[in-house]
Amino acid sequence: MTAAADMDTTGGRQATAAPFAIELKGVSKSFGPVQANKDINIAVPRGTINGIIGENGAGKSTLMSILYGFYKADAGEIFINGRPTAIPDSQSAIRAGIGMVFQHFKLVQNFSVLENVVLGAEEGALLNRSLAKARKLLSDLAREYELDVDPDALIEDLSVGHQQRVEILKALYRHADILILDEPTGVLTPDEADHLFRILKGLRDQGKTIILITHKLREIMETTDNVSVMRRGTMVGTVKTSETSPEALAELMVGRKVLLEVEKRPARPGARILSVENLSVRDEHKVERLKGVSFDIHAGEILGIAGVAGNGQSELLAALGGIARATGRVVVNGNDLPLKGANGQSRRAAGIAHVPEDRQHLGLIMDFTAWENVAFGYHNAPQYQRSWLFMDNAAIREDTAKKMATFDVRPPIPTLAAKSFSGGNQQKIVVAREMEQDPELLLIGQPTRGVDIGAIEFIHKQIVALRDQGRAILLVSVELDEIMSLSDRIAVMFDGRIMGFRDPAKTNERELGLMMAGMTGDDPKIGAA
Amino acid sequence: MDYATLLQILDSTLRLATPLLLACLAGLYSERAGIFDIGLEGKMLMAAMASASVAFLTGSVWLGLLAGIGASLVLAAIHGIASITFRGNQLIAGVALNFLSSGITVLVAERLFKQGGRTPPLEGAARFSPLTLPFAEEARDIPVIGPLYAEVISGHSILVYAALALVPISWWVLYRTRFGLRLRAVGENPAAVDTAGVSVVGLRFVAVAITGILCGLAGAYMATALQAGFGREMTAGRGYIALAALIFAKWRPVAALWACLLFGFFQALALRPDVVTALAGVKIPVPFLDALPYVLTVIVLAGFIGKAIPPRAGGQPYVKER
Amino acid sequence: MDHLPKWADVALVPLISLVLAALVSALVLLAIGQDPVEAFKVMVSGAVGSANGWGYTLYYATSFMFTGLAVTVAFHAGLFNIGGEGQAQLGGLGVALVCLALPWPHWTLALLAASLGAAAFGAAWAAIPAYLQAKRGSHIVITTIMFNYIAAAFLVFMLVDVLRPAGSMDPASAKFPVGAKLPSLTDIPLIQDLFVRYNPDGTLRLTKAGDIAYVNIPANVTLFVAILACVAIWALLWRTRLGYQIRAFGKSEKASLYAGISPLRITMIAMLISGGLSGLMAINNVMGQSERLLQGSGEGAGFIGIAVALMGRNHPIGIFLAAILFGFLYQGGASLGLNTSIPIEMRVVVQGLVILFTGALDMMVRMILTWIFGMFRSHKLGAA
Repeated sequence: MTAAADMDTTGGRQATAAPFAIELKGVSKSFGPVQANKDINIAVPRGTINGIIGENGAGKSTLMSILYGFYKADAGEIFINGRPTAIPDSQSAIRAGIGMVFQHFKLVQNFSVLENVVLGAEEGALLNRSLAKARKLLSDLAREYELDVDPDALIEDLSVGHQQRVEILKALYRHADILILDEPTGVLTPDEADHLFRILKGLRDQGKTIILITHKLREIMETTDNVSVMRRGTMVGTVKTSETSPEALAELMVGRKVLLEVEKRPARPGARILSVENLSVRDEHKVERLKGVSFDIHAGEILGIAGVAGNGQSELLAALGGIARATGRVVVNGNDLPLKGANGQSRRAAGIAHVPEDRQHLGLIMDFTAWENVAFGYHNAPQYQRSWLFMDNAAIREDTAKKMATFDVRPPIPTLAAKSFSGGNQQKIVVAREMEQDPELLLIGQPTRGVDIGAIEFIHKQIVALRDQGRAILLVSVELDEIMSLSDRIAVMFDGRIMGFRDPAKTNERELGLMMAGMTGDDPKIGAA
Repeated sequence: MDYATLLQILDSTLRLATPLLLACLAGLYSERAGIFDIGLEGKMLMAAMASASVAFLTGSVWLGLLAGIGASLVLAAIHGIASITFRGNQLIAGVALNFLSSGITVLVAERLFKQGGRTPPLEGAARFSPLTLPFAEEARDIPVIGPLYAEVISGHSILVYAALALVPISWWVLYRTRFGLRLRAVGENPAAVDTAGVSVVGLRFVAVAITGILCGLAGAYMATALQAGFGREMTAGRGYIALAALIFAKWRPVAALWACLLFGFFQALALRPDVVTALAGVKIPVPFLDALPYVLTVIVLAGFIGKAIPPRAGGQPYVKER
Repeated sequence: MDHLPKWADVALVPLISLVLAALVSALVLLAIGQDPVEAFKVMVSGAVGSANGWGYTLYYATSFMFTGLAVTVAFHAGLFNIGGEGQAQLGGLGVALVCLALPWPHWTLALLAASLGAAAFGAAWAAIPAYLQAKRGSHIVITTIMFNYIAAAFLVFMLVDVLRPAGSMDPASAKFPVGAKLPSLTDIPLIQDLFVRYNPDGTLRLTKAGDIAYVNIPANVTLFVAILACVAIWALLWRTRLGYQIRAFGKSEKASLYAGISPLRITMIAMLISGGLSGLMAINNVMGQSERLLQGSGEGAGFIGIAVALMGRNHPIGIFLAAILFGFLYQGGASLGLNTSIPIEMRVVVQGLVILFTGALDMMVRMILTWIFGMFRSHKLGAA
């Protein structure tokens, strides 16, 4: 008997008893004053793929965390296969047949695939038997669902796509009947994502129930049978995917018509501001992460860097921003930048502003107040000093109040700690700080990650406005839509290299997707022009 | 330096390495589970006092050993409650426990014996006596190996052999059992353990308890085998040196053995001014010899460790998040 | 959970921690067969019940202000400096070398020079662990502890083999010249009035020369240097660029790199300041009190700095208050050792408990407080 058949026995019997694998009735959850889930009702039929779509902060992840026993709902009931089920902890969720693939994988990096799979589901006190059994099951599953991974590879050596497969294998090893995936494609190339969806469809055809949480409409339309839309903690509605459209879903998501396009005039590139030649970066383990990239950016131009996360974009930003040591040559306005003794201060002095990808760990100090954060990186600026020794805190507070007003940061209180602001408002603080320096060159990474729609529109407008003032902008984003709508020129990165440059008007997602997967591209040298 | 002197130094190396090894393995369990424990020192000291006191009062070193383990476990429990249950700063909790034991040991010993915070000297059954291994005397005449066996390997208390045995046992537990897998996982990525349905808190408490037991052994060895009784501050920084050895060993049991033998060797050298003087060629003042193990510890920490990567989740309390 | 009013967080949390530490201390005393109430009375009368007691309490408090500030500056840079004890001993060496170098004409000059010497030696002793932390990633907690042991051994060597006057058997330096003698608090107008001596009948006691007699106390002008240091460190941390960078680095090393703040530079500077402050403590005890360098001159104050910093919530105002509190504990603990059969080590126990409750169990204390506040609120709601 194969492993899959083995697992089907439990589900098969209950399938006749109840049509719904999961049914939630009146589930509510609040964190202090914030109500993350309000009276959620949803019923998921067995053997289907169900999408849950909603903006960041709509309450999708909270709902799934309740299902996996991470949070306890304040009110409401959960039915698994028609039976009321309490899920106080992850152990109960596993027992109820729920498997979860988190957005941030829960894998032990220096363990092998096998060890990760058996962890917590070992048979007996000694490891040998568990590992042997898991090895057998893994090879069965690999054949059946295209889920092949080397069982002895260490997680840290695997690509993210393979790591994700390990997460799915973990769930299947625990006899999961219901598989929940939280934003599974954020880290995948379009190709890897397609592979994932094939796996999911295979699992569905074997009778598994799948819940796919995402904010990407395309995935919902291509993959799911039903889709539920969440908005601000409530379940707005559930529809058959075949009976809806992306536009209709988008409107349900935000509650108003969304402008998917950014309004901007054609670029009028001026003089060359930035010239990068053969730039390389090695990480702390001496592995080359950025492998000799070359490009230019002109005044009044936005160069968008497309690519799946982890293909050298972060290192590129770090090298240009003075955070990482690099080799090669970087010229800004005719002046060579030091690359060995890289320093964020010298970059700022050269007219480079940097909105980092990770605002919580790089761009802001969460325990600092908003005004302290506005001075962050510019703490040596003359206008913030009272004398050679003392800083002018009052002047910084005043300046912060002004910037908060310009960028519509809410609440506009300079003395509030950064961690007390929402993600969108935190990002606005960073963007305000960096753009208001009136830089020659703006480096901006993932400008709208974890930011609500309203703030996205605002930030996009600011980026275009800065371009129109004749500044050079390097935009890095894993959101292809964002790259396509903002960039005047697109460079695609894969494995630390630039695969080629494209004109956004003359390319499409498919071509870029192939380049992001390293499938096609030009000679890297051509792009420098 | 002649062979006899070398044997003497190796003999004291083994004796002095034993408390380091026990403490180092103790720290290994805790730190592998993600709980930094700077409080090994305090646990050893408390165990030393408790074991010497009970051994003296009852005349049984075994009861003393149990008392030492018990005392050390109490401190381990406090460390666990502070750093696991209440997610406090693990370093500060450890430092606090070290001060606590530094004071309480003297208070209790003074209350019990009124001898200025020490216990009376232990004799007979109140002390661990050296074991003579089989054929030690007979083998003495075999050249080179014979004296090594008789002088260095044989003739230690049972705790020395227990400590040595704990090295392969710890290796086996860590890498061949379900518990070891979970223990290592919880120190690397507690979220992985949690989402796999295993209690992070439970695992960490077990690890901290093992640390308590092993520190108990280390302290009891100090007071009832290495020396004959408890004296104030008698651990003299061994808990910290054991931590340095743990880092040097990159949190691996077998490497921990070699690291502790190295540090034990440093301590043995410090006890032999004659040898050091002969080796150095100049007379070394005694205070410099006293400082030698500490100086060498710093040098080892600074120089010889390539990149020691501690367990990734070490030192951070686990908070559930999505 | 963390919705305590700010005043409660600032004032009540340390206060409750202190009460808890006191309660556990009382239990410890009961366990060794002593009467906690009696012990507390002895402590109070010994530490603050007389001019003499105050003289010692303030003397200890002075030392603790320096070491508390030392720990705090390092804490703000995200570094745990447990090496205050060794740095203070090295500071003592610096003081001794300076004081013995010249027949100082006036104490002000001697104080200035000795302060520089103390700070420089303390800072130098902190510099090596700091450098090893920043450059080699050597755990600063372990290296600073090792440096405490090394400092102790080094001082023994210096006192026995180098500084010991010929013919003396004590491992101690020669007595400092008269010109290096710091004024006691009893030499300062107005303040001296607090330390007058009385005859048993309640009248002022006079010296043979007919002057007013004062109690002999160790508290000296260094107290004002310490208060000055509190103000200076406050200004440094919250009013200067350097302090801003130290705090930013302490909160997030990664973000600091982004902002162009050099980890090496800040680690070094913060530890040099920290070590310098620990070293400065020596002008209080070595120069101000013993007037020669003795073995073990740190007096444990380096370690107490940890408790003082935690109790004082890493803020100079808190440290000032916590230092006085620990001065009380220290002097009170000494009277316990003198007047009762409770060993003087009781104060190490209290110190450990305060560190435990304020530093490691503060979340427990907050939970207790939140719970109390919650009860209070629900009562109000119930009444309304």
